Amino acid sequence: MRSGGAFALEQFPAPHLHEGTTTAGMMFSVVLCLLPAGLWGVLLFGPRALYVLAVSVGTSLLTELAVSGLFLRRFTLGDGSALLTGLLLGYSLPPAVPLFIPAVASFFAIAVIKLTFGGLGRNWMNPALGARVFVMFSWTGPMTRWAAPLAAADALSGATPLGLVKEALAHPVHGVRGPIELLLAGLHPAGLKAGFFPDLLQRLGRLTPAGYGQLALGTMAGCIGEGSAFLLALGSVYLFVKKIIAWEIPAAYLGSFSLLAWAFGGLPFGTGLFRGDVAFHLLSGGLALGALYMAADPVTSPLRRPGRILFGLGCGGLTFLLRTWGSQPEGVALAVILMNMLVPLLNRIGARPAAEVKK
Amino acid sequence: MREGAFFRGLARENPLLVYLLGLCPALAVSDLVSKALGLGAGVILVLLAAVAAARLLRPVIPERLQPLVWLVLVAALVSLVDLAMQAWLPALRQQLGVYLQLLAVNCLILGLVERLARRRSLSRCLRLAAGQGAGFTLALLLIALVREVLGSGTITLFPFGSFGGVIRIPGLSLHPARAVSLAAGALLVLGYLVALAGRLKAGRRRAEQRSAG
Repeated sequence: MRSGGAFALEQFPAPHLHEGTTTAGMMFSVVLCLLPAGLWGVLLFGPRALYVLAVSVGTSLLTELAVSGLFLRRFTLGDGSALLTGLLLGYSLPPAVPLFIPAVASFFAIAVIKLTFGGLGRNWMNPALGARVFVMFSWTGPMTRWAAPLAAADALSGATPLGLVKEALAHPVHGVRGPIELLLAGLHPAGLKAGFFPDLLQRLGRLTPAGYGQLALGTMAGCIGEGSAFLLALGSVYLFVKKIIAWEIPAAYLGSFSLLAWAFGGLPFGTGLFRGDVAFHLLSGGLALGALYMAADPVTSPLRRPGRILFGLGCGGLTFLLRTWGSQPEGVALAVILMNMLVPLLNRIGARPAAEVKK
Repeated sequence: MREGAFFRGLARENPLLVYLLGLCPALAVSDLVSKALGLGAGVILVLLAAVAAARLLRPVIPERLQPLVWLVLVAALVSLVDLAMQAWLPALRQQLGVYLQLLAVNCLILGLVERLARRRSLSRCLRLAAGQGAGFTLALLLIALVREVLGSGTITLFPFGSFGGVIRIPGLSLHPARAVSLAAGALLVLGYLVALAGRLKAGRRRAEQRSAG
């Protein structure tokens, strides 16, 4: 160490190569990777889904522009984070939701969760998930009415696969060995009804293998962008390759969740230990969106590997507990924001003390 | 410029928004305006009586026993208010629940009694206590107004004559943001009000420095 200071940064002469990674670039890559799943959701659920997405993205951008300009005197629309938050929020709302809900949710996400704490990089909770939980507790009724693309007659009567299973398990079940059987009994494979291009989708609906195939493609009631686990996973491949999201978090999240679902998922059905239906749990609900795109948000996840793995394990464990024994069918949003709050603690693991100050 | 003893508690030394005293009742009973008014009235009554009694009893009570005596004194006064409410305002008493009895160990009341019992002038003591009580009530009312209007879409007052006691806000009362009237909403609203109070304080300090310098 050189004399004169407590420590000195190592310096190198020019040229310095810059990889070209910027915050805005990262945000827009994530948006691009999310697009296939969103387009698919709009195709399935029709213009209604498009309106919800437009309102949530629009309000999110407007709020960022207004609040950041007025209170922080900064123009922060260009970093793309408001666009991403609006999009993620829209993806996690049911398509039949009244349009004031995406507007309030976006405002809450940007103004309260993000900008109140100082803007991008200083929020300690994922804005989209926090806002989703806020509107879920505020307007539980509208937030749990689902438009089902597969419904035979009534487009507003569908239940999500997780909701269906939770409802069925509220009464004692006999002779059912797993959630997929409940799902096959409860859903009508009558072909896709709502949305754009009904003829084409009808044919696709008949081709899709019932059960797991429907789950992977998202051709059942659910939130706009959460349905298709397959398309979400496809988009995330690019993010993993470019190292935009840390692989440790989704890996630990999905790994611990699968393990728990396999070991204890059979308990509610009375089939004993190690008989859980892992594929059903992985493909249903908001797990793909939450684990791949939201839990790994670099602002609200730990910095170092041990912390990241613990964070993922916590998310997986809490998601499984909330899904199986919670009052709501889905637990991804609550699990991730609970773990978000522990990030400052997790960041202490493996941290070295800062340069010692000489007395 | 110095305000009078009473007005100090309303803004500059507001117990809730500046000193963060008495937080638990403020978070627990601020979901309805009527509850905030009821608890505020209870706090003012107990404060005035407790401060006056402590100020008068102080010369005859040994220094070491004073905190204990104040505790018993406040608890007795809270019980009196509690019984009076049960007799004359049973509906309000039901709404406030255990939080009225919990005033017996409220840090705002105990701290103020301890602090003011040492003062010399009784009338100044009473004005300070009334100001603190009124400031607490004002802050509680503010939190309750925001929480009830956003969280339930109503303003609940007390029924008299042909007025049923509840004002419904058109539009909002159909789809209120329930989360604001849950516990998390209390913390959020309180946080914003404390931040606002801090900002006003900083602005006032700057103005004072400018006029002094």
